[in-house]
Amino acid sequence: MFASFLTGAVAMGVVYLFGCIGETLIEKAGNLNLGIPGIMSLGALGGAIGVNLYFAIFGTGDIIGIFLMIIAIIMSGLFAALGGLLYAFLTVTLQANQNVTGLVLTTFGVGFMKFIGSSMDQSLLTRASRSIKTLFTFYEDLGVFGQLFFSYGFLVYLAFILAITLHFVLKKTKVGLFLRSVGESPQTADAQGINVTVYKYSAILIGSAIAGLGGLYYVMDRSGGTTFVEANIEAFGWLSVALVIFSMWKPTIGMVGSIIFGGLTILPNYLGISNVQLKLFAMLPYIFTVIVLIVTSILDAKTSKPPQGLGINYFREER
Amino acid sequence: MEEKRIVIELKNISKSFKGIQANKNINLKLYEGEILSILGENGSGKTTLMNMLSGIYQPEEGEIFINGELANIHSPKDSFDYGIGMVHQHFKLVDVFSAYENIVLGIKGNIRNAYGEIQNICDKYGFELDLKKRIHEMSVSEKQTVEIVKVLYRNAKILILDEPTAVLTPQEIDKLFNVMRKMREDNKSIIIITHKLNEVMAISDRVSILRKGEYITSLNTKDTNPKELTEYMVGKKVDLKLERLRIQATAPTLEIRGLHVLKDDKTVAIDDLDFYLRGGQILGVAGIAGCGQKEMCEAIVGLRNYEGSITHFGKSIKGYSPEKIKEIGISMSFIPEDRLGLGLAPNLSITDNLLLKTYRQNKGPFVDRKSARDYANDLIERYGVVTPSTETPVKNLSGGNIQKILVGREIGLKPNVIITAYPVRGLDINSSYMIYDILNEEKAKNTAILFIGEDLDVLMTFCDKIMVLCHGKNMGIVHTKNTNKEEIGLMMTGAKNLTEEKPGKFGIAEDSNLSSKEWEELKKEDVTPNE
Repeated sequence: MFASFLTGAVAMGVVYLFGCIGETLIEKAGNLNLGIPGIMSLGALGGAIGVNLYFAIFGTGDIIGIFLMIIAIIMSGLFAALGGLLYAFLTVTLQANQNVTGLVLTTFGVGFMKFIGSSMDQSLLTRASRSIKTLFTFYEDLGVFGQLFFSYGFLVYLAFILAITLHFVLKKTKVGLFLRSVGESPQTADAQGINVTVYKYSAILIGSAIAGLGGLYYVMDRSGGTTFVEANIEAFGWLSVALVIFSMWKPTIGMVGSIIFGGLTILPNYLGISNVQLKLFAMLPYIFTVIVLIVTSILDAKTSKPPQGLGINYFREER
Repeated sequence: MEEKRIVIELKNISKSFKGIQANKNINLKLYEGEILSILGENGSGKTTLMNMLSGIYQPEEGEIFINGELANIHSPKDSFDYGIGMVHQHFKLVDVFSAYENIVLGIKGNIRNAYGEIQNICDKYGFELDLKKRIHEMSVSEKQTVEIVKVLYRNAKILILDEPTAVLTPQEIDKLFNVMRKMREDNKSIIIITHKLNEVMAISDRVSILRKGEYITSLNTKDTNPKELTEYMVGKKVDLKLERLRIQATAPTLEIRGLHVLKDDKTVAIDDLDFYLRGGQILGVAGIAGCGQKEMCEAIVGLRNYEGSITHFGKSIKGYSPEKIKEIGISMSFIPEDRLGLGLAPNLSITDNLLLKTYRQNKGPFVDRKSARDYANDLIERYGVVTPSTETPVKNLSGGNIQKILVGREIGLKPNVIITAYPVRGLDINSSYMIYDILNEEKAKNTAILFIGEDLDVLMTFCDKIMVLCHGKNMGIVHTKNTNKEEIGLMMTGAKNLTEEKPGKFGIAEDSNLSSKEWEELKKEDVTPNE
């Protein structure tokens, strides 16, 4: 029972983890992207199109899992990155307000996904999902241990690998140092000869692509291809943004946080409770985030704060 | 002077911001291995000009030659490639990074040996720098050291220092000048932007003067003198004499006893401070930056919690809201280091900034822009503020003009107590004197003035008394006519403590508005401090 709850929490949390890693990367470059729910929706749409594309190319016979996975990931990332490109162009190049742009992108992404997605054949998704959902088959012989660690699809492992990679890049590499300087103080980075625009664009595009995978993962893996246009990806997107704050902009804490958020999301299923209580439960991740914000503000720790330049557009000749 | 190689030559450089001409046809030469001062009043375009060398701004007209070749500087990176490094007045450092991380920021090549190399630079020039320390834990002078090391690590041959001494103590300034001389020995060329004449005379080989965005002349330092430089700088002969009005002071207006204030990080800012202000008297406050001056001001005007008693005409003002305190006539104008940080909203126009203080006088829900605009015009005319219009955002004005508006606005409220901190910070001579004149006018109206200053010469000639703070403790209050700079200097560093020598003598008015019994009662009364 507990093992199945824990695997469920991990599996659910990965949706948030993708969004959180993507948004953390973008925020580290100083851009607050509230378009994450929209970008995740675009990622889901791109993934579904990728699946259709696979069947169009390889036919509907036996599924070659690896090709299906690659095409789905590429299409999902591409669609999400296009959303990111729009956001980057508006905020970095045209200096539009980041909050407004992000919210518009969310509205657009969610609507666009539902509009295009509703005309797509969903039965293919359910079929393709089976090969996306599982990676290892031997786990059943390993008992609880196997269930806890090896029962997931490829995307789950990818999410954790990306989280650790992002942690490493931010902490240990020169690129990470430069990127953080862009987010903390673009004036400083610019004066040091770092190309602020290139860093911001790169972070936004890559971060959006990663966040988009959250949408793909939810539709093709977590829900088994059974929900697509009716999936509430927007809510997951907002939770991902909350998780960034909860994790204090640290991908390592984000991994743990995603499991906590995932656990809180699926907990009602295990308690057998009414609809009203369900709504109350849905609030818990946000309440946790508020508590983290309060605690870190009281502790006033410099290292758990958002990047100083977050949300502020940079224009060199500003006086 | 022997013929040296020209490293930088500017020809007919012009630049304007939104209709404000910052630089007009500037010509300038910098030779190898020399220290060149760029002297000019605030708003004369010194920083703008240098920012064009560092790649932050682009010139609209004119050409820059570096080592005899036409240079195209489109970004800070291009500037580095030409060997130019600039230490900006507002440091460009990432607060949460360590010194080391800040120094290697943006370095393209291998940084594996950087740590040792940086250490070598520090040893060579005698910098004491903890490379692992984070910027937000550093003092201003440490931050400046990081900036200088940063430039040196990039192997800059030409260094530009923008008002580097504005935030340093005299000892730190000496240290900086020694470093600059060492760099000169290494055949580096240095440009120092300043408006302090004694520094020009002390450090530079040559001096170039700008006035109102235009190039005036260049002189060899040894062939000139401060008087001549001042004339070039301001364009007309000015009387350098500062006046101390002698008028009969009134009974104590503001009395402060046993003041304890904490800093943001809960360390002690002000420790058991007694003092009082009389109408028609200027009390100067001397002390090294960060000795509790800011916290003291904030406590008085109700922006910070404190222990102890503050009375205004014998009435305790503890627990009053900042609005209430302003209403009873206590005004504060604090000019922070970055000048825009407090007191004015940078994106709003002059009119709007004035409205922020006067809107309460409006009846009804609408703001009265007409009278505010008249008021703005009045201020502009009275204090000679240079601006295209009353609707120009404040941030587009030069520092001196911003300060005039800030001080002018405060005085417009007709206060009976003025608390002013660094009102001439970063101002040129003309603007400074204007501010002193304004304060003297107020003094003549029997206003009590607390003047927190930086320049000891000014404090000595301008104030009636000086209180010296050292690490939040009162080192004594002296009449300016009975003291000298050396004594004050000793007190600033804590080497001399008059309050310890004669306890209970300082800061207690003999003709206090309250009897000692009433003070005792005040002390007992525990008014809940307002948040």
